[in-house]
Amino acid sequence: MSSSSKSRKPSGLFRNMSAKIASVPMVLTALVVFVGGTAWTVLYSFTSSKLLPKLNFVGLDQYERLWSTRRWIISIENLAVYGFFSMIFTLVIGFTLAAMLDRKIRGESIFRTIFLYPFALSFVVTGLAWQWILNPDLGIQNVVRQMGWESFTFNPLNDPDIVIYGILIAGLWQGTGLIMVIMLAGLRGIDEDIWKAARVDGIGTVKTYIRVIIPMMRPVFVTALVLIASGIIKIYDLVVAQTNGGPGIASEVPAKYVINYMFRAQNLAQGFAASTMMLLSVVIILIPWAYLEFGGKKRG
Amino acid sequence: MKTMTHLLASAALVGATAAHATDLEVTHWWTSGGEAAAVAEFAKAFDATGNTWVDGAIAGSGGTARPIIISRILGGDPMGATQLNHGRQAEELIEAGLMTDLTELAEAQGWKDIVNPPSLLDACTLDGRVYCVPVNIHSGQWIWLSHGAFEKVGLDVPADWNEFVAAAPKLEEAGITPLAMGQQGWQQNLAFGTITIAIAGIDAWREVSVERNADTAAGPAYKAVFEAVANARELARNSNVQDWNLATNLVITDQAAGQIMGDWAQGEFQVAGEVAGVDYTCLPGLGVNEVLDTGGDAFYFPVIDDEATKKAQMELASTLISPEVQVAFNLKKGSLPVRGDIDMSSANDCMQKGLSILADGNILPSGDMNLTADTQTQIEDLMAEFWTSDMSAADAQARYVDIIASAE
Repeated sequence: MSSSSKSRKPSGLFRNMSAKIASVPMVLTALVVFVGGTAWTVLYSFTSSKLLPKLNFVGLDQYERLWSTRRWIISIENLAVYGFFSMIFTLVIGFTLAAMLDRKIRGESIFRTIFLYPFALSFVVTGLAWQWILNPDLGIQNVVRQMGWESFTFNPLNDPDIVIYGILIAGLWQGTGLIMVIMLAGLRGIDEDIWKAARVDGIGTVKTYIRVIIPMMRPVFVTALVLIASGIIKIYDLVVAQTNGGPGIASEVPAKYVINYMFRAQNLAQGFAASTMMLLSVVIILIPWAYLEFGGKKRG
Repeated sequence: MKTMTHLLASAALVGATAAHATDLEVTHWWTSGGEAAAVAEFAKAFDATGNTWVDGAIAGSGGTARPIIISRILGGDPMGATQLNHGRQAEELIEAGLMTDLTELAEAQGWKDIVNPPSLLDACTLDGRVYCVPVNIHSGQWIWLSHGAFEKVGLDVPADWNEFVAAAPKLEEAGITPLAMGQQGWQQNLAFGTITIAIAGIDAWREVSVERNADTAAGPAYKAVFEAVANARELARNSNVQDWNLATNLVITDQAAGQIMGDWAQGEFQVAGEVAGVDYTCLPGLGVNEVLDTGGDAFYFPVIDDEATKKAQMELASTLISPEVQVAFNLKKGSLPVRGDIDMSSANDCMQKGLSILADGNILPSGDMNLTADTQTQIEDLMAEFWTSDMSAADAQARYVDIIASAE
């Protein structure tokens, strides 16, 4: 900054000094809160801590118990189903809506607002609203039956086999709007000349989207992917509000298992073991991807 | 850091309370109609001592409220007093020195002589020191039967569980759900425990729940229990409510014939203006084995470093256990008083049944006092799954045996 430092040959450490000082609090927070907290959690997951953390190690006992617990297995299965469909449908619906809005339609801002509005609601509100919409006596089933379709049954929230799809519907309704807006921004960033060139070459609209536009939007897709994935892993409040894990334990999710075992069952170590498994699954997905995404670029 | 927050918190308390009598925040999870009426009796009595009861009701069942309460105490933001179920829930909090020692007060007032059954005070005691005030006795082993529902199908009100099961087909024909059941793990677990005592008997129950004997849990007595629960599951198929008081309401409005629920359900019948023996009948121990457990609620007082608050905490403790408050509170709550030396002649039919069982000493220690929260959560999860799926009785029993075998 000052002229005196300019005259000396600044070493790498002192370059952009003010920026480095400004980022110290965030670096400390990241190290102490995120890294430190994670290490602490992993460490205590190998103990037999109950209500209070105690350092009496029991090896992998907590993990053995975790993986032999039916509720945890169901939670993982639910997360897999929810994650798989949520990822696909959010991307497909989000992109389709964005592409349709991008066709210079009339009243675009009205549609954009309508699609984005659910995102302004919290998961708790979303969960409660969809609990009513899917309630057989009040919601969709009742409306269709009143229209004369007497045998119509649509009661996902009370059927253990399909309850997770009831939650999926609510999750999609809430989340696709945001992805649509991100996609729309990406589409708007595409040069108009690309479209002109495609038209000159006589390539159809759909084909242009799939072959030309989508590959060009790679960074946008990556952003969307990260947003959706983090939403999937941390799904908790939607389930609590909509079904509270029911009927029975059919719609349990891992985050809920962690909270319940840490606080309600007063078994900290079991909760820590579960959260460590959650972290591990994120890391397993994230590291190869990060390696491909960032490692590849440096070489190229 | 922690001492810092402690200091700040107590400083804030001193600042707020220096001017007048002490405000004491009391957290509890008594929010249904009958419960709220009962807790108002406590507040009234405590306000009469010149202090102020600041109500900190937490909606939802104990499962929702307990984590909030415990994390507030652990996080250095303790309330003045809090409800908890006594037993092992607060064990570690006491060991960590976060709960106020009430031994002096207990000795001065002779709690040892007045609290009946003595197991209640034992559950408040750790290493010879008293840490909580028992306020009521709750027992889970009751079935509540609607007279209206049985009149509708022209049957007599059953006298025990077996007659109830036999009446079920007729009830179903008339469109009445035989058994009302809230779809929450703890309620399903409670029904399981109650059916266990009725079907397997007290000895088998004691071997499993107190001595944690996995062989008995795998044996024929428990096989019969799981089959009975599987049967009860079918009786409750059409009951689509969640909260226990909504399930009780099905019985009150004669849409369901019966509900297995603790004696706190009685408060709901009272609020609805129903009369015991006329509109509804209660059968302790499902009418088979007339025993009750002696769980219940107790108040704990987190350590707060402030003299005025401490004094108010002691005043509240002695208010809660005083004879007048015990009578007024328990009549509203539908629970039994913790003192054997007070006049409960104004109690209704159902409470009298409970009182005489208590006087005869037919009591069990409650599940909260035997199994840790961890084990209970595992059993609750199992029951939640069992009641809502088609899991076979044998599978459920096998998994129950595993849980008991690994219980601490």
